[in-house]
Amino acid sequence: MFGQLIISGISIGATYALMALAMVIIYKTSEVLNFAQGDMAMLSAFVAYFILEDKGLGFALAFPLAMAFAFALGAVLEFGFLRRAKEPTVLGLIIITLGLQMILYGLASWRWGSDQKNFPFPVSDFEVHQILPDVVISNLNLVTLGWALLLMLLLFAFFRYTKVGVAMKATQQNHTVARIMGIRVNRILMLTWGISSMVGASAAFLIASTDTLDPNLMWNPQLKGFSAAVLGGMTSLPGAVAGGFILGVLENLFGGYVSVEFKSVVAFAVIVLILCVRPSGLFARHYVRKV
Amino acid sequence: MDMKRDYYEDIRLLDSGAQVFWLIALLAALAALPFFASSYLIYTVNLMAINVIVALGLNLLVGYTGQISLGHAGFFAIGSYITLVLMTKLGLPFPVALVAGGLVSAVFGFILGLPALRLEGPYLAIATLGFGLTITQILGRIEYFGGHMGLQAPPLSVFGIGIASDAGRYALIMPLCVIMAWGLRNLVKSKVGRAFVAIRDSDIAAQCIGVNLTYYKTLAFAVSAFYTGIAGGLMAFVLGFINPHTFNIMISILFLAMVVVGGLGSILGSIMGAVLISWLQIELSRITELPLLGPALEQISQSVFTISGLPNIQYVVFGLIMVGIILFEPLGLYGIWIRTKLYWRTWPF
Repeated sequence: MFGQLIISGISIGATYALMALAMVIIYKTSEVLNFAQGDMAMLSAFVAYFILEDKGLGFALAFPLAMAFAFALGAVLEFGFLRRAKEPTVLGLIIITLGLQMILYGLASWRWGSDQKNFPFPVSDFEVHQILPDVVISNLNLVTLGWALLLMLLLFAFFRYTKVGVAMKATQQNHTVARIMGIRVNRILMLTWGISSMVGASAAFLIASTDTLDPNLMWNPQLKGFSAAVLGGMTSLPGAVAGGFILGVLENLFGGYVSVEFKSVVAFAVIVLILCVRPSGLFARHYVRKV
Repeated sequence: MDMKRDYYEDIRLLDSGAQVFWLIALLAALAALPFFASSYLIYTVNLMAINVIVALGLNLLVGYTGQISLGHAGFFAIGSYITLVLMTKLGLPFPVALVAGGLVSAVFGFILGLPALRLEGPYLAIATLGFGLTITQILGRIEYFGGHMGLQAPPLSVFGIGIASDAGRYALIMPLCVIMAWGLRNLVKSKVGRAFVAIRDSDIAAQCIGVNLTYYKTLAFAVSAFYTGIAGGLMAFVLGFINPHTFNIMISILFLAMVVVGGLGSILGSIMGAVLISWLQIELSRITELPLLGPALEQISQSVFTISGLPNIQYVVFGLIMVGIILFEPLGLYGIWIRTKLYWRTWPF
């Protein structure tokens, strides 16, 4: 039982880690807490569903197209709304992303209604492998884990070894200086939103394939992503990943040994505890606000 | 304009004779309303008044104290559930249950205010969002609170007088709303209100001049939660039936939208925002009945979207309003009102 709880905790944690990554990427570069993240991902999943079911195209075409849509969506939202805010406050930025969230939610449920749909996925959740006595892992879990790890490696390499990645890191540290060094900060921010939206969309595909697809799909994963990001310190990419896995395992253990009913409380308790005990998270350096 | 020359002028509840006149006119209109309005209109106004109470409480927290909350649906739910449970399970009379609901909600506000002492900006938004989501999920799991099926509101009677009609509920809700608005105005004009504003502008500076942050931040949360809890208790009777889904996350966002659209740090703004958003909420749910626009939208729905999802257009409209207000008019409706007033007063300059 313990081993099984850990394994399924890790695979659910992988989706939280992806959501957390998506949020951290945006928060790091632009200090915007993106409440629209979940619904951007949800809309991308619906686009994938639309291409698969209504247009009848294969997975090989549908997923890249949906990813391209996710990228465009992120970039457009940044260009069209976030950039237009003049000297926004923290609250102002939160309200803008909440507004975007509502617009996306409204559009998706207007187009697809609120009934639940089965999201077709090439990998099954029911074909399982015995890895230890009484511990099984399904194909879908393996794919989720593999995809999350691959994406993390890719992002790591991207930020480390490519010019654009380094430019993003520079933008994170100081917008003005990055500008002086010849980086087009606005373009970098747009790119960041696009990439983050793609990461979130891939999480939504994986979540939709274990669950059913409906406009409320991403509310809980988004909260889990937030708490994973907070656990990892909000500004650290490895921290967000570790936070996602820790949260997934913690939640599953709580569900297995204490109470399944109140499993959803774990995420909230983690947020509050971490923020009270170590406000900068487990993995980020503490910052001191200048007055 | 509006220059304050001494302290007593600053703490006065109403600034000018014109304000007194308009206030009395408004109160008279509100008192006369149930005698000629239709039952449906009164129902609408009841909803508006409840939302005004929530918006007042939330504005105290967000607009005056500068603490973001995305969890007010949680307080709203606590107020509703406690009021109903105390009445149906323990048989307490309505006034006692309502106040108890507000107080329990205030206790939760105090508890949520404790972590808020160490959190700011986005972190506080996440923590309160988590609170709002968690409360409704817990309520849905507890059988004592009706579980997913929810609770039915018992027949309402205040001091032995039975209330069954919309007009009767209006006679209960509207005076409460006016009293609570008056109370809030009193509060923000006092020493406590000035402490809140000082914390909003800079908590470190406020601490330096001797404002007790722990006390005032938790107080702001508690008072705000009390307002929201009372509104929740009243809402249970206007709707007649509550379940956890009544208090979903969208409600929290709409509450915040009311405050921001109306104008942060302004009582008039909260009232305008709450009235506008609740009016839109009611009107947009039957948008197809509008002339011209309705059929056009139906046509678009049939060709591009789905007809069954058309009511969800309200979310698109609210989202656009929220984004638009921040981008074009950060002071909200109150800012527009102030600018209009200034324009007339200084005309032709």
